[in-house]
Amino acid sequence: MTLAITNSSIFECETGNYHTFCPISCVSWLYQKIEDSFFLVIGTKTCGYFLQNAMGVMIFAEPRYAMAELEEGDISAQLNDYEELKRLCLQIKKDRKPGVIFWIGTCTTEIIKMDLEGIGPQLEADIQIPIIVARANGLDYAFTQGEDTVLAAMAHRCPNTIQCSKQSKYNTKRLIIFGSLPETVVKQLNHELQQQNIHVTGWLPCSRYSELPVIQSGDYVIGVNPFLSRTATTLMRRRKAKLISAPFPIGPDGTKAWIYKICNVFNITPKGLEQREKTIWNNLEQYLQLIQGKSVFFMGDNLLEISLARFLIRCGMIVYEIGIPYMDKRYQSAEIQLLTDTCKKMKVNMPKIVEKPDNYNQLDRIRDLQPDLVITGMAHANPLEARGINTKWSVEFTFAQIHGFTNAQDILELITKPLRRNTSIHNGDNIYIKS
Amino acid sequence: MKLAYWMYAGPAHIGTLRIASSFNNVHAIMHAPLGDDYFNVMRSMLERDRHFTPVTASIVDRHVLARGSQEKVINNIIKKDKEEKPDLVVLTPTCTSSILQEDLQNFVQRASIETTSDVILADVNHYRVNELQASDRTLAQIVAFYINKINNKQKSDLKKTVKPSVNIIGMLSLGFHHQHDLVDLKRMFNDLDIEINQVIPDNASIQDLYNLPKAWFNCIPYREAGLSTAQLLADKFNMPYVDIAPMGLSNIKTFVCRIQSILAMLGCHRNYEKYVELQTKYMSQAAWFSRSIDCQNLTDKTAIVFGDATHAAAMTKILVREMGVHVLWSGTYCINDRQWFTSEVENLCSKVLITDDHNIVGDMIANSEPNAIFGTQMERHIGKRLNIPCGVISSPVHIQNFPLSYKPFLGYEGTNQIADLIYNSFTLGMEDHLLDLFGGHDTIDAVTNTLSSDNLVTWSPEALQELTKIPGFVRGKVKRNTEKFAIAQGYHVISLEVMYEAKENVKT
Repeated sequence: MTLAITNSSIFECETGNYHTFCPISCVSWLYQKIEDSFFLVIGTKTCGYFLQNAMGVMIFAEPRYAMAELEEGDISAQLNDYEELKRLCLQIKKDRKPGVIFWIGTCTTEIIKMDLEGIGPQLEADIQIPIIVARANGLDYAFTQGEDTVLAAMAHRCPNTIQCSKQSKYNTKRLIIFGSLPETVVKQLNHELQQQNIHVTGWLPCSRYSELPVIQSGDYVIGVNPFLSRTATTLMRRRKAKLISAPFPIGPDGTKAWIYKICNVFNITPKGLEQREKTIWNNLEQYLQLIQGKSVFFMGDNLLEISLARFLIRCGMIVYEIGIPYMDKRYQSAEIQLLTDTCKKMKVNMPKIVEKPDNYNQLDRIRDLQPDLVITGMAHANPLEARGINTKWSVEFTFAQIHGFTNAQDILELITKPLRRNTSIHNGDNIYIKS
Repeated sequence: MKLAYWMYAGPAHIGTLRIASSFNNVHAIMHAPLGDDYFNVMRSMLERDRHFTPVTASIVDRHVLARGSQEKVINNIIKKDKEEKPDLVVLTPTCTSSILQEDLQNFVQRASIETTSDVILADVNHYRVNELQASDRTLAQIVAFYINKINNKQKSDLKKTVKPSVNIIGMLSLGFHHQHDLVDLKRMFNDLDIEINQVIPDNASIQDLYNLPKAWFNCIPYREAGLSTAQLLADKFNMPYVDIAPMGLSNIKTFVCRIQSILAMLGCHRNYEKYVELQTKYMSQAAWFSRSIDCQNLTDKTAIVFGDATHAAAMTKILVREMGVHVLWSGTYCINDRQWFTSEVENLCSKVLITDDHNIVGDMIANSEPNAIFGTQMERHIGKRLNIPCGVISSPVHIQNFPLSYKPFLGYEGTNQIADLIYNSFTLGMEDHLLDLFGGHDTIDAVTNTLSSDNLVTWSPEALQELTKIPGFVRGKVKRNTEKFAIAQGYHVISLEVMYEAKENVKT
């Protein structure tokens, strides 16, 4: 652990006036991931309006999510929370027959101090459906951290004894990976580890609630995403699991480091890993030519920023600033170390990491720096484009498949899209707003 | 608590933000938790705005919960005042801040001591009004704020314009085709030889509000935003207003007549009869179109209408009176305007539906099986599931409904646009006949999905094959009718024979 880095002046913290998605947006990908789930967001019209608009067409496909919309009587406690939630959950049980109901607490339930964690177990016994409570609210968290709160709550529900002991033929050490990824990416990462003779015991979450992995004291756990620090903490403290601290499997460099670290812990000498990484880099050659020497600015909104910046620096880009909503220096320590090493290797300065950024100040800096690419939210993309600055929507990185060796190309596909678009269309300068 | 999947009108603060961001150089500061500034995304994406949306948040976080906002809101207002130099800052409460019950009015007063801009607190209750009501109130509030600033001396200077003039009130950002409607309204007033005094709030400056009383009268094209402002101006300055949406030929005629009588009342006698006649005959193709032979096929076609009060009422009128379409029922989600809406459409259709629950709307559509739907994006998706075509006539909408090309719903060009929309929503004319004659042109196996997907009966392969030959737009209906018939008769398998039998027995 290099304390020198954590203490260095590369970390800054601004006002926290930045644009990001509300963490309840995690229901949009988690309900698809956990097939027998139902997500009930207990909040107001504001929450509902956000989900309705942010989820776009998904909303029309009868999603397994709904709002428990609080009315004036709920706020002023004229109505009984328990009875109200029971009524709604019974209706959900009747209409949808879910295997588990998630209650997503919001800002409003926080402020009126609705005791969801207290009511949950009571109602669970009453209606015979597991109820998991996650407080994914905008008072405490940003965007992808919503998933973190849900997975941390789920970690408590993982069974702790193996019913039919199916001993692994590969190794005696058990490995559970946490982080929600599309099923194809799960298969890809399982396969990568299989190549190293490592058998993945289970994933948190998995596609059905009833198949949650067993987690015993002493099991190894590793994260796939940089925003899962609460889940990691819960697994360590409450489930007594051992956390493997590694960079995240984003980009071929990250993926190699991730697998390498697991092999290390399992006392396995990795086979053909270097070669595998090299092949992937070779395949990326045409993209690399496009972006080498180009500069990029992360405004920060989804916590993937450090890993993406590290990968892009390795690709030969210059990163001016890494904005990030929240920086867990312990959980991300290995990733920060890899970022530092990458900067040294590529002979570039370590970029400034700005926690809780101020978008107004950032726009000022963007105006001065004129980066080749700004990775930003949708609120700023069109206005920046109109000022002649290339942008890429940051949310796309949350929904695209970006993990493992196989998907490195997808990241660069996204990154180069605005640059490729610019070479194919020629607009006069007059479409831009001069500022 | 209410179980809700979808809502027609957004939360109150969206209405306030739509007003504030429509004005020129007005900045809104939301007292809201992280992530509530989703409005900026919608404006930047749907309207493809080239400018940064003038909305920022004064973030409510854990610390604010513990200690109160203290100086935070005030500092944010002052900071924005220095950075952007707006004329007006609108402090916007959200659902979160309204239960914190902080004294926001106090923050506003304290901040305004140090700012060069004016500061007001939007006066909307989150749990009692929706987006549309809030936009109406906020607009009236801002207008009232500046009208009250006019002192007596200025009042005596406020003379009416020499020529007849009008204020157009209620053109908003994120409004359904508002930008296109505005162009056509301007053209119409130009034709009527009436000057446009002010258009608010779209692109208007705060200073322009002082000039509002100079107009002879006010025009409120949409009931949802502007009525309160018109009422306010009527009370304060005795200004008459026209609250008719000039959508469809008969509405336009009433609209112009009303203007004519208002002008007469104010001592300017004009006769617009000739104008209306010429426009109806030549500028608008809609009147001729509904007489043309192709439109004969519209006779006895059925439709349903659902949307905001303005658009749904006008559309119902157009379909029934101008196109001869049979409207089975018409409805709105503007529950607060139920009386007006009911009185507008009750003589045009047999049933009026007032609800903001999309499930009720969906069930009603499934039961009435119209040939076409005219509604919001939600009804479009209901239509997709039921295989019924849908024309979108009202918010809520998405990016498709912010077209680049000129597509007004108001005015004479609007009538052309609507006629196209209606015509294209039905499969008509020769196509209709030929499809019937030759058993459809799609022979893909995919059979219509229905809402009633209970598996009480199964289809034999031959019958299923036959079903695919039925034209797409009636296939769903035939399938459902046949299934109903089979269940009633106690058949478990629908064979070709059962299908024929059903056809012979079921009246469509």
